[in-house]
Amino acid sequence: MSGPTYNFAYLDEQTKRMIRRAILKAIAIPGYQVPFASREMPMPYGWGTGGVQVTAAIIGADDVLKVIDQGSDDTTNAVSIRKFFAKTAGIRTTTRTADATIIQTRHRIPEAPLGPDQVLVYQVPIPEPLRFLEPRETETRKMHALADYGLMHVKLYEDIARHGHIATTYAYPVKVDDRYVVDPSPTPKFDNPKMNRSEALQLFGAGREKRIYAIPPHTTVTSLDFEDHPFERYRYDAPCALCGSSEGYLDEVITDDRGGRMFVCSDTDFCESQRTAGNKGTMLAEAPEARR
Amino acid sequence: MYVAVKGGERAIENAHTLLAHARRGDPAVPELSPDQIAQQLTLAVDRVMSEGSLYDPELAALAIKQARGDLIEAIFLIRAYRTTLPRFGATAPVDTAAMEVQRRISATFKDLPGGQVLGPTFDYTHRLIDHGLADKADVAEPATATVADDRMPRVTDLLAANDLIEPSPDDSGTPVGDITREPLSFPAERDLRLQNLARGDEGFLLALGYSTQRGFGRTHPFAGEIRFGEVELEFFAEDVGFSVPLGRVEVTECQMINQFKGTSTTPPRFTRGYGLTFGQGERKAMSMALVDRALRARELGEEVKAPAQDEEFVLSHSDNIQATGFVEHLKLPHYVDFQAELGLVRKLQREFTEGAGVREAAE
Repeated sequence: MSGPTYNFAYLDEQTKRMIRRAILKAIAIPGYQVPFASREMPMPYGWGTGGVQVTAAIIGADDVLKVIDQGSDDTTNAVSIRKFFAKTAGIRTTTRTADATIIQTRHRIPEAPLGPDQVLVYQVPIPEPLRFLEPRETETRKMHALADYGLMHVKLYEDIARHGHIATTYAYPVKVDDRYVVDPSPTPKFDNPKMNRSEALQLFGAGREKRIYAIPPHTTVTSLDFEDHPFERYRYDAPCALCGSSEGYLDEVITDDRGGRMFVCSDTDFCESQRTAGNKGTMLAEAPEARR
Repeated sequence: MYVAVKGGERAIENAHTLLAHARRGDPAVPELSPDQIAQQLTLAVDRVMSEGSLYDPELAALAIKQARGDLIEAIFLIRAYRTTLPRFGATAPVDTAAMEVQRRISATFKDLPGGQVLGPTFDYTHRLIDHGLADKADVAEPATATVADDRMPRVTDLLAANDLIEPSPDDSGTPVGDITREPLSFPAERDLRLQNLARGDEGFLLALGYSTQRGFGRTHPFAGEIRFGEVELEFFAEDVGFSVPLGRVEVTECQMINQFKGTSTTPPRFTRGYGLTFGQGERKAMSMALVDRALRARELGEEVKAPAQDEEFVLSHSDNIQATGFVEHLKLPHYVDFQAELGLVRKLQREFTEGAGVREAAE
């Protein structure tokens, strides 16, 4: 299946070794952003090149790959990346979370808990959690080295002073292994608790910014907060309109131009498995025979 | 009721078919060949080779065709191909004084050894649309001159002989850096800065160079020399123990001569800014030279206060492939994060309305 002109999983072996060294360093220092010589990939920067390089470096012929964007396997960029690996590595792909050995994701963590034989690869646009407080890399590297995170706490405090609560809803900063403050990539803060003591290895790749970081299995991950303003997960008023589950993160779908809307699971595999198990939401209709 | 639809894969395939259709345009019009692009849209090819950092006119021409004339897209195609190529090493430094010159001008001396050679240039043309070009162009035979056997000394070498300009730094023997193989870190030395600028977006460098002329990091530049022509590339082959010629490439070189300051240990003398592109790329080479000089502020003891002098700002934002990728990634779905923000805005609005009730009741 692999094209004649490209190596298995596109990258040459030297490059993969270089990326693996960066990954190993990242695992050894949880949460530390390791610079790596990110390559130009045949898809644009900002479209998952970091995640693609991490996946290419760790994937083997026996792996089963799942790719999601916004929780869904069927979003255009997820389709494109899945096809890329199916073509260049000839590996098996799946949409089922439980069947995957590597899950590359953008913006979500699957609802189903991940196991010790799974790796979650995050696509990261801006790896630096302090970037919007301090634009200079030379400064932010110093701040990390000194564990000087006062600026971040001031920012969160200012939210509370202004709004009465922390007004950060995604890319909500976490502290890894009580040392490095890390950007969980722009996942909604709803997903933050899933990062804590996960059985799966979590790898983060930022291609354009040339950084890799990692959260090894069973590592403590805490969302930054204050004693009197503890971290809160967003709660929905209603369950998923398709599967009826109240467990997952929901997307809002606008159904007409008269204010009609419904909420459905963003994790499409989770939603499907709920429906397969016989659960039904209030808005579920059966699909007509598809025209193919 | 609602049916959860799937069809991303099919939609993508259809979109790509439509793209190929749009690329071809009206089938009644003859199809463009890469040869035509390489021969007749030379400056586009040169830009794609420069910013794609790969010297291959045929491939660049094909990329331009594939990209429907979108040069940044073509540069992207070249970059993505280039990154897969094996790297054998670096060539010996190119001797531009030995260039087979097609154009060479100096703005600092009226006449100089080798003379002023205008060559093919838009300069001094009146920018009037030539309707004659709409049909077959009637091209007159160009005037010819014999190629001088002598080296054409660079203006900066002539000035350096009298110690009026800082010398070009000696070859220290240390291998030059490569930002495509090592991540860039700050502060960045000049070899890395020049590599970054050589790959940098022409428009971005043009604007930055222009900003130095308008006072944001002024360097008092003179176009000491701009030359364009063919140079020989040589590669030192370890296996055989001597340099072997690799071939010839066309380059444009710009040496800016900038104001002198001197320090307690060095006398006042002119300083240099350097620009180099593949093919004929004068605008880019000049802009690059201006920005190179501005970025030497730290080294030359000048206060860093303008954008063009700020290496983290310039080097982090000069690459149009990185920039276009990140700007255009906003097209990708963001509805998960947007949903989180929607929830927050609704909550804040609710609190605001409830707060308004309290405020009114208190009045």
